[in-house]
Amino acid sequence: MINFHAVFQVWRRNFLVWRKLALPSLLGNVVDPVMALMAFGLGLGSMLPNVGGMPYLNYLAVGAVCISAMNAPTFEALYSAFSRMHTQKTWQVIMNTPVRLREVVLGECSWAASKGLISTGAMLLIVALLGIGDVQFWVLSWFVLILACLMFAGFGLCINARAPSYDFFMFYFTLVVTPMTFLSGAFFPREQLPEWLRMVADYMPLSVVVDALRGIYARDFSMLPALLVQMAVYATVGIGLAIFLTERRFKRKGA
Amino acid sequence: MAGSTVLNLSGVRKTYGGRAVLTGLNFSLNAGECVALLGPNGAGKSTTIALALGLAQADDGVVELLGKTLPEAGHIARQDVGVVPQYDALDPDFTVFENLMVFGRYFGLHGKQLRERAELLLGFAQLVNRRNDSVATLSGGMRRRLMLARALINQPKVLFLDEPTTGLDPQAKHVIWDRLVDLKRQGMAMFLTTHYMDEAQRLADRVAVLDHGDIVACDKPLTLIRNVVGHAVLELWGAGAARCVSQHVSSKGEPIEQRGETFYFRNGKADEMLEALKRSPQSDVDYIYRPGNLEDVFFSLTGRALRDD
Repeated sequence: MINFHAVFQVWRRNFLVWRKLALPSLLGNVVDPVMALMAFGLGLGSMLPNVGGMPYLNYLAVGAVCISAMNAPTFEALYSAFSRMHTQKTWQVIMNTPVRLREVVLGECSWAASKGLISTGAMLLIVALLGIGDVQFWVLSWFVLILACLMFAGFGLCINARAPSYDFFMFYFTLVVTPMTFLSGAFFPREQLPEWLRMVADYMPLSVVVDALRGIYARDFSMLPALLVQMAVYATVGIGLAIFLTERRFKRKGA
Repeated sequence: MAGSTVLNLSGVRKTYGGRAVLTGLNFSLNAGECVALLGPNGAGKSTTIALALGLAQADDGVVELLGKTLPEAGHIARQDVGVVPQYDALDPDFTVFENLMVFGRYFGLHGKQLRERAELLLGFAQLVNRRNDSVATLSGGMRRRLMLARALINQPKVLFLDEPTTGLDPQAKHVIWDRLVDLKRQGMAMFLTTHYMDEAQRLADRVAVLDHGDIVACDKPLTLIRNVVGHAVLELWGAGAARCVSQHVSSKGEPIEQRGETFYFRNGKADEMLEALKRSPQSDVDYIYRPGNLEDVFFSLTGRALRDD
C-alpha cells in the first residue's frame, strides 16, 4: 500500500536541501522564540508572581517549546511544501517516477515533522541551558513532541492541499494558529479564560500538547496516556485527510 | 521486445469539469518506435500524457503501459519509463550532478551503480565541466539536456517527451535532436508531443494528429503528407495576392486555403499558379513553390482558427 523507501527518498530530498542552508534556517526558527522567551519570561516574568506554581520564565519555557513544535512544521508544510508542489513542480517530477502522490505527501509530512523536531530540539537545548526542567523532562518530552510535530505537519498539509496561492495561508494563521498560540495555555493557564472559551480551548491540538508537556514537567503522568491517544488520533486524521485532499487536488487540476 | 506494444490506449474518454477532453481515443506505441502527437492547444495532448503515465484516470476505456493496467499499476510501469516534461522541472536547490543523483534514488537506485550512471549521463548531456554548478546558472539548452539525461537515469524502455525543444534556439534544438536520434537508433520507444512540425518529421516514425479529443490521422509523415496534402504547395502573399488569385486561378479543382494574408495552392492549382506567375510576373506579390509538409497536414486536419487552452 505504501512504499516506505519512496517516502524516505522524498524526505531525504528535502533533508539534502535543508543541509545546505541549515544554519540560517535554524537561526530563523530558534532566535524568534528565544527572544520572546527572554522578553516575556525574564522581562514580564520579573513583574509577576509565580504562575502555575513556578517562576513565569519556567512556565513560559514549556509553552514556548510547544509553540515551536507547532510553528516549525506548520511553516514547512505550508509555504515550503506549497512551493515544491505548485511553484517548483518538484512533486510532479517525483510523480513521474515510481513514487506515488501519497508517498510524496507522507515524505513531506515526515520532513515537516523532522524540521519541527530540529527547531524544537534546539529550543529544548536552550531551555536546558537556562536550567529549566530536568533530565526526565528533556528526554520524555521527545515522545510528545514527535507526535505533536507529525500532527501539525498533517494539519498544515491539509491546508496546503486546499490552497490556491500563498495568500490563503494567512487564513490558517489568523483563524487557527494565532488563537491556538494564545489560548492553549502556553502563555497563561487556561483556567483564566471564561468558561465557554475554556471549553473550546481544551480541545485545541496545541492545548493537548501543552497539557502533556506540563504534565511531564510537573512529573504528573496521570493524564499523559489519554493526551497521547488524543494526539495520535489528531495526527492520524490530519495525515489521512492531507493525503485524501491532495489526491483530490491533483485529480482536479494537476497541482 | 521489438514489435510489441509498449503503450496502448483504447476507447479512452476523459472529461474535465463537464468538458469532454478525450472522446474515445485509440492509440498505440510499439517498441523501438517514435510516435509524435500533434494537436492544437487544448486538443488533449497533456491529458493523453497524464493518462498514459497513470497520473490521471480515464472515465472510460483501457490504458496499458508496458503491459501494466493504468492507473492502478502506474507506479510499477513508471519504473521503466523516462519523462521529459514540458515545464522546466529541474530541482533548483541542487547542482547538476545532484539533480541526477536525487532523481535516480526515486527509482530505487543507489551507491556505485547510481553514481556510474549519473557520470555517464553527464557526458551524454555534455555537462561534465558543469558538474558542480547550480542548475540556475545553466543556459536553456543545457537545462533541457540535463532534463533529458535525468529522464534516462533508470535506463527506461520508453521515453515521454512533452515538447522537448520548446523555447530553445536552433543550435540547442539540434543538439537535443541529435541526442534523441541516438536514442532512437538504440531502440528506445518514444512518445513525443510537439508544436514543431520539423521536429516531428525528423524524429517520428509515425505522426498522430489529435483534434477535439480524438486522433484524426496517424501514419508515417511522408504518407500523411502525400495523402492529405499531395506533392506540391505554392504559397502566395503580398499586396496584390488577392487580385492575382482572382485573375489567374479557376475556381474548380483543389480548394484554395488562406491563412492570414497568405494563400496556399496545392498540386494542380499550385502548378497552374506557378505557370501563371512565370508567364506574367507580378511586382506586388511574392511566392514560394515547395513540396508539402506536416504543417500543411496539420492545418488541413485541424483548421486554422486560433485555439487557446
